[in-house]
Amino acid sequence: MNNAWITVLRRDLLLALRRRSDVATTLFFFLIVSSLFPLGIGPEPAVLSSIAPGVLWVAALLAGMLSLTRLFATDYVDGSLEQMILSPQPLAFLVTAKILAHWIVCGLPVVLLAPVIGLQYALPNDALLVLVLALLLGTPALSLIGAIGAALTLGVRGSGLLIALLVLPLYIPVLIFGAGAVAASQHGMSAQAHLSLLAACSLLSIVLAPMATAAALRISVE
Amino acid sequence: MQHLSGIALIYKKLLAQGLTCIRGDRVLFRNVGFTLENGSLIYVLGENGSGKSSLLRILSGLLIPESGELFWDGKLIKPGDENYHSDLLYIGHLNGLKDDLTAAENLLMSARLSGYKVTAQTVLNALREIGVGRCSNLPVRVLSQGQKRRVALARLWLTESPLWILDEPFAALDATSVDVLVTRLNQHMVNGGMAIITTHQDVVINAQFTQNLRLDS
Repeated sequence: MNNAWITVLRRDLLLALRRRSDVATTLFFFLIVSSLFPLGIGPEPAVLSSIAPGVLWVAALLAGMLSLTRLFATDYVDGSLEQMILSPQPLAFLVTAKILAHWIVCGLPVVLLAPVIGLQYALPNDALLVLVLALLLGTPALSLIGAIGAALTLGVRGSGLLIALLVLPLYIPVLIFGAGAVAASQHGMSAQAHLSLLAACSLLSIVLAPMATAAALRISVE
Repeated sequence: MQHLSGIALIYKKLLAQGLTCIRGDRVLFRNVGFTLENGSLIYVLGENGSGKSSLLRILSGLLIPESGELFWDGKLIKPGDENYHSDLLYIGHLNGLKDDLTAAENLLMSARLSGYKVTAQTVLNALREIGVGRCSNLPVRVLSQGQKRRVALARLWLTESPLWILDEPFAALDATSVDVLVTRLNQHMVNGGMAIITTHQDVVINAQFTQNLRLDS
């Protein structure tokens, strides 16, 4: 792989390792939000398992969103973003390394934690498996689409709220297919169609989001 | 320095024509143009707020001018021009350093990002050249303003780019570091490099050809 691309990926992972509290915040947010529902709604397994797909996906969306503001903001403030733009490598290409780092740090832990949380919602085993698969296929799209929002709101005051307004509507297809996959398997149907559509969402975002993000970043540094 | 020998052989020039910069509804400068060739230096002069930094950002391709064109090696520079970026080293107001990484890690990563071939040893040597070798394993967060600036400027000892664009490189530096930097710039000029610099300090850099670009209206 390309040297500069690996450098960006390694730098972001190293930074995440040095500031573990940032990563922990995202994870604990997911953990707490998804644990509040069973406490609030009561221990009725039938009710819990029917709301589980939606609740878990919404919690995953919001947890990913929390960390989006930091995706480019520190690079923007300390000038690393300028240096990235002036690198001889295409910006859209380098941006994919940053997005991958974001997914590894914020998306992957949620995927791994989800089956444990799913137990609280009395999800059957095959639905748990589909939940993990759906999150694995869908969360990359969340990071990719989120990056566009993060780039567009760079240097804007109150950017956290603005990102939510920009990005959450774009997350709707991922939410529908993701929750739909889990619900389908709960009702004994095949989740394959939903999973395929989720994968399609991620593939489409891989093609389009880095370019849109790069364009937005160039405008932001002006 | 051994890795500089190649530069003098490359003949390239930077041509700027009719650059105009408008920020908000204020015209910072109009119709700025120049030619910069091998071994020559441009000082960009002007009061605070006269648009020096904006001009340097335009020249580096970070900012798109209201009107005017830039040519590198006879070819029009487009936004995100990778060919131009591989010949350019820009150090702006911001140091581009990560607070949580050490000086050595920062320099190694920013050099790799710019496509330079570096090792841990060459990075350490570069830091030593500008007198921050002892800080190489400290996180940048604990360094002083001047030390941070020096870590950023250490890239000048790693680069093979012929064109340097430096925004206030001498700000926050002590007298010794200024001398070290001037020596490095002289060496770059002798090797046939090009530089565009803004500064408020009186420094003498020996270039084959020096131009003053004044931005006061």
